[in-house]
Amino acid sequence: MELIFEKSAPGRHGTVLPKSDVSPAAELPAALLRAEPAGLPELSELEVVRHFSNLSRRNFAVDTNFYPLGSCTMKYNAKAAEEAVRLFAGVHPLLPYLPAGESFVQGSLGVIHQLSQLLAEITGMAAFSCQPLAGAQGEMAGIMMIAAWHRSQGQQRRFVVVPDSSHGTNPATAALVGYEVLTVPTSSAGDMDLDVFRQTMNNEVAAVMMTCPNTLGLFNSQVAEICAIAHGHGALVYCDGANLNAILGKVRPGEIGFDVMHVNLHKTFGTPHGGGGPGSGPVGVSEKLLPFLPSPRIAQRSDGSYYLAEPAAESIGRLANFYGNFGILVRALAYITMLGRDGLVEVSEQAVLNANYVMSRLKGWYDLPFDTGCMHECVFSAARQLKQGVHALDIAKYLIDRGFHPPTVYFPLIVKEAIMIEPTETESKETLDAFIAVMIEAAQLAETNPEALFQAPRTMPVSRLDETKAAREINVCCSWVIAGEERGLRI
Amino acid sequence: MKRSGYCPQTPAQIREMLAVIGVSSIAELFAVIPPELRARSFELPEGMSEFEMLAGMERLAGQDRRDLVPFIGGGSYDHLIPAVVDHLAGRAEFATSYTPYQPECSQGTLQALYEYQTVICRLTGMDATNASLYDGGSALAEAALMALRITGRKKILVDAAVNPFSRQIVQTYLANLAVEVVEIAALKGQGDRQQFLATLDDETAAIILQNPNFFGGVDDFSDLAAAACVRGALTIVSIYPLSLGLLKTPGEMGADLAVGDGQSLGNPLSFGGPSFGFLAVKKEHIRNLPGRIVGETVDKDGRRGFVLTLQAREQHIRRQKATSNICSNQSLSALRGLIFLATLGREGLVELARLNYDKAQYAEGLLAGIRGVSLLNAGPTFNEFTLRLPTAAASVCAQLLTRGIVAGVPLGRWYPGLEACLTVTVTEKRSRAQIETLAAAMEEVLWS
Repeated sequence: MELIFEKSAPGRHGTVLPKSDVSPAAELPAALLRAEPAGLPELSELEVVRHFSNLSRRNFAVDTNFYPLGSCTMKYNAKAAEEAVRLFAGVHPLLPYLPAGESFVQGSLGVIHQLSQLLAEITGMAAFSCQPLAGAQGEMAGIMMIAAWHRSQGQQRRFVVVPDSSHGTNPATAALVGYEVLTVPTSSAGDMDLDVFRQTMNNEVAAVMMTCPNTLGLFNSQVAEICAIAHGHGALVYCDGANLNAILGKVRPGEIGFDVMHVNLHKTFGTPHGGGGPGSGPVGVSEKLLPFLPSPRIAQRSDGSYYLAEPAAESIGRLANFYGNFGILVRALAYITMLGRDGLVEVSEQAVLNANYVMSRLKGWYDLPFDTGCMHECVFSAARQLKQGVHALDIAKYLIDRGFHPPTVYFPLIVKEAIMIEPTETESKETLDAFIAVMIEAAQLAETNPEALFQAPRTMPVSRLDETKAAREINVCCSWVIAGEERGLRI
Repeated sequence: MKRSGYCPQTPAQIREMLAVIGVSSIAELFAVIPPELRARSFELPEGMSEFEMLAGMERLAGQDRRDLVPFIGGGSYDHLIPAVVDHLAGRAEFATSYTPYQPECSQGTLQALYEYQTVICRLTGMDATNASLYDGGSALAEAALMALRITGRKKILVDAAVNPFSRQIVQTYLANLAVEVVEIAALKGQGDRQQFLATLDDETAAIILQNPNFFGGVDDFSDLAAAACVRGALTIVSIYPLSLGLLKTPGEMGADLAVGDGQSLGNPLSFGGPSFGFLAVKKEHIRNLPGRIVGETVDKDGRRGFVLTLQAREQHIRRQKATSNICSNQSLSALRGLIFLATLGREGLVELARLNYDKAQYAEGLLAGIRGVSLLNAGPTFNEFTLRLPTAAASVCAQLLTRGIVAGVPLGRWYPGLEACLTVTVTEKRSRAQIETLAAAMEEVLWS
């Protein structure tokens, strides 16, 4: 499809601005002005609409296709939540900083406070800050709070321990906060190897980061013991809440020894993933970390009114321009409000049922490195198919041709040719059966006609793309000269 | 209890599925969780229908005042948003997809992000950018981290005229990294150039500037960028993208890194989020960028297509050696920015910036003409300017609030010594009548 710049015609425009009701002001000095207008495309409104409507049709999305992308919890996003957001669109975030300004934004402050309270009850943590703008930022806030806590104890520690099955964001976050990373391997049962963990722990370890359930979709029944060992060395334990969907109403991380956790509202609480974001990663803490929470914090007076609390001296400070991805917070509050207690329990139960069903139906066809009951997702390996030269990637591309967004492939890194399937609770048995049938078909083709898999996808606007070329001949933006010149930046 | 509409399995299907799995109940699927780890409480309200939920949300939203006339900016701006932005970005094919890991079935998102990257480069006059960061503040922090990586130095100079919240975010991000952050004073509405030049040394990784600055002042930082370059330091300029309809670009000033917040480009106020952050760079720094980058390539049949590229910088590949921990970004908000800019077009953005400038100039003239009121800085401004009032700005602001006017941001909280100063913002949405009402009300509050 043509780029929007290639559809541009000089002199066209898509929107008419209001006429000015003041006289033109004196020109700014030339030294302060840009030499020429930015090369924005010039299209009529209809052309803009066609361009983006047609672009959108080149996407798979939850609303159009089953999207079992493991670790991402691609559940259905309730439309009513979108309606709720519109109610709060026009509120300026600096109003609470004006004299008595809080009284003008009790509704918006209420959204944040109510959601924080609900998240605390759901996870068993003492309190939440909804400020982190994504899960990774929630992790960063969590590790920063742990660092600040150690400092308050007069300690400066060096290490953060992560299992080798962890999300890449865990070690990246630890490094961002200045820690060295110690990686613990996974045992044959799929849990963090307890013996190696014991040997790894020392009094220089600031934190242990665990995903619960872990990225193999398994619940580590020794998690309380791990927390106890870590605490025994004066370390704190971080819970990556990316997989909270599996344990809603079943396990509350705050009760079993975790000191800090983040949740991904765009995963567990049904807010749209937006083609990559905005997500939202509220961070929760146990009692002893309360003073370290990011600022500002939204608090409630005894008369029920909300206000911005003065930051505690120990606070790690500000993470975001304002209070977080507020529009996402509204959607998550809407979701939790609609589902309620029983609805959230049903979420985890049905998510786990769906994942186990897919696992049971496919385990005769694909290797299952950790053959125990799973939680909300299951991780297969295409090692068997590899013997015929077929990679997990080939199976993924075949699924695309059959109308399914592929599962996550090649993660977790510890599983060879990993295929990580997270169906979520919102998919029907009929959809799961259709997906299973195609997965079986792919396994059969791997034996009988691997070429069919190598050629996939054939039904998309593009076939397989040359990623090496993209990385070697870098072209990440059109050049400033539009017509007739070589496009792109080649370095 | 009636089940939610979001879990489709019928009781018969559940029985069938349990039989396939080989367990007798859903509870058995959770048997791996030891009893002592089970939730001891889960005290949440009962669920409700979407209709009841929305009625409750309306009651809550009703506690926000929605009839105030805003002359307030400070990082979040009340701009017009053409209807197409909501309609197109609201398309579920964009909204309910995720990071385009599988490019063949994600060309919509990928091409849109490539186009987004292009408009950001064209707007800022920079060579390359990524597919968005969280917001302007965190983009500034990522830029600071990038400068530390590139130069291997440990000192950063920050103009105190940079948005105080952005500076706080930089402090938060750098707090654990043994980096020295030096603030350059800005008491007259502009960073002190002499202090900048005196403090800049061979240990400096970067200087951080903002245009227009927090007081509204418009500047040309070419001289500081050149001075930084001589010392081997990078220049980071934070910008208000809508102003680039008129103002000199960071690229033209010689900036190495340009950052900003995209809220003004088609994203509603929404109590501060979501918006998006951008970080655009000179080409030699592209491999040091954090976050997703979309690149053009060809498919097996030679057709143009787009993929996530240079992924060896990222956390899912490099783990602790990644350039950042960022995973999800703000794609949908960035898409809104792209649609907004495409709808306005080349001339439209100039006209929009011009409207802001003209109206703010009109307001500046009226307000600075009130007895006892002066401008903090007589230099040029764009759509914000700072008044020095004859009395405490917070109390004037409070009195105007009772009349339904949000007159601006009193600066005392962030700038000791500037308690009498008020930064006023005038966007294209404010009418001449509203501006005149503000001026009359302010005069009354001050003098009657």
